[in-house]
Amino acid sequence: MRAHLISLSALTLLLAACGSQPPAPEQNPAGVESRTPGPVRVATPPVVTKVQPADKFDPGSIAALKDPRSPLSKRSIHFDYDSYVVKDEFQALLTAHGKFLAANPKMKMLIQGNADERGSREYNLALGQKRANAVKKALALLGAKEEQVEAVSLGEEKPACTEPTEECWAKNRRGDMLYSGEF
Amino acid sequence: MKFPRFVLACTAGLALCAAAAHAQLTVEITGAGANRLPVAIADFAGERIVAQALASVVRADLDRSGLFRLVEAGGVLADTATPPFEDLKTRGADAVAGGSVTTSADGRYETRMRLFDVPKQAALGNPTYLHTGAQLRATGHRIADFIYEKLTGEPGVFSTRIAYVVKSTGRFELKIADADGSNDQAALASREPIISPAWSPDGGKLAYVSFEAKKPVVYVHDLASGRRHVAANFKGSNSAPAWSPDGKQLAVVLTKDGSSQLYVVNADGSGVTRIATSSGIDTEPRWAPDGQFIYFTSDRGGSPQIYRITSSGGNAERVTFEGSYNVTPRLSPDGKSLAFIARNGGRFQLALMDLATKQTQILTDSAKDESPSFAPNGRMILYATEIGGRGVLAAVSSDGRVKQKLSVQAADVREPAWGPLVR
Repeated sequence: MRAHLISLSALTLLLAACGSQPPAPEQNPAGVESRTPGPVRVATPPVVTKVQPADKFDPGSIAALKDPRSPLSKRSIHFDYDSYVVKDEFQALLTAHGKFLAANPKMKMLIQGNADERGSREYNLALGQKRANAVKKALALLGAKEEQVEAVSLGEEKPACTEPTEECWAKNRRGDMLYSGEF
Repeated sequence: MKFPRFVLACTAGLALCAAAAHAQLTVEITGAGANRLPVAIADFAGERIVAQALASVVRADLDRSGLFRLVEAGGVLADTATPPFEDLKTRGADAVAGGSVTTSADGRYETRMRLFDVPKQAALGNPTYLHTGAQLRATGHRIADFIYEKLTGEPGVFSTRIAYVVKSTGRFELKIADADGSNDQAALASREPIISPAWSPDGGKLAYVSFEAKKPVVYVHDLASGRRHVAANFKGSNSAPAWSPDGKQLAVVLTKDGSSQLYVVNADGSGVTRIATSSGIDTEPRWAPDGQFIYFTSDRGGSPQIYRITSSGGNAERVTFEGSYNVTPRLSPDGKSLAFIARNGGRFQLALMDLATKQTQILTDSAKDESPSFAPNGRMILYATEIGGRGVLAAVSSDGRVKQKLSVQAADVREPAWGPLVR
């Protein structure tokens, strides 16, 4: 029995290791990487407006998903406490992703909703789902198809920030968008 | 000598040995019952190292339960001798147990035990156990269970197992250990989170939620074979598995139709049926032991509260009313009380409600309690909490008096689930 347990554990680890390469932008293990890039991305809309007129890349191309000049490279939507409403400041970002999905019907997206750590893990899983569902609904209104988008929740299990502070909890109340190949 | 080295190393003291073995749970008693029954556990006759190890397991079990006070027995109680009742009475013992360990012809051990009521000078039982060296601790737990049941009238839970999740850097392990934290084994190790383990009623399987597929998926894991299968992997999230009392079905939470809602699937993953409907969140289902009701958490009234429905469906009935956050319902084995987590002034605490009177008592003074789980005799509730920023397990008796802390060095322990009685 012991041998079974060990070999299964090893297999699981191996599978987990394979599954996580290449690392998706929002899939860093908790507490390993400093999350300073998070707030910076959110707090710099000027970069978007400055870059777009230059228009040196095709905003609808798959390459744009990873191009820091493209809004498509930004993947996180943050929410207020106890709230599941997409704030106005994220509408432009969601519009870019919704149009991209509509223009690329073969592209798939996984939306991972997250919650802060306070309270029950399973209830927080349900709260994260509400956030993922809100993002999915907004994308659908912009032309993304039902079969393209899957909304799931990671609850409080994959925190971007692990300090017990309001600032940190705010970073954990978010929805992350991952495209085919990233999950 | 065929006896394993493990036991030899334990002569210095079981607790010390346990800590040195590996990162296993250590149990610290932080509160005891008001009226502890004085019991004398005599040294066992036989090969000294083996007999001593056995008696220490029995004593540690009874002591940890918080219901007994250990009294010095004064030497070995030989198999045929009459216990020194007058002497024991002077020491204040209400009961005395003793026995012997002998090597049988096939190299196994034969352990005999006798239990007496001291004031009545009456024999309460004399079980015999045939076991290997590796089963020495298990035999000690069975002896402690026998004594516990004879003296309290309730089954002992020293032979049961617990499941929990240990999080260390970048690694999650679903572990199974004896109820005293020893003999821990990993059933599953993963780089992604594991939550919500739930024992099947026969104790042979665990259902749980694993995030290894970048989303929550419900698995059923057979502990003897190490094999597992997917019980629920629908589009969206799959979580919060709970076994039906007959072990044939699982209540689960799925989001395939939108928000988190309650469904029942067969344990093999077939035959999904929705059992409740709300416009918001329904989660954390739990069957009552008699199978009549399913208790769950829902925000249908505006804040998360506990509700119940009959397991055939029907209208939901609200169970909790005080406060704005009551979650994680867990029924006691007799179905008469409900443990849950209540938020009080920003603190999340373990609460216990008498379902007949609706009287609720807060059992802890901590602030981040989660995931309560009843011992199968209903006496203790195991739960997760946080001490100094680290996840630990704690247990409290249903009267709030007996308290224990179970922790692992340098790791977070969470998501406890107490396994069923083994017969």
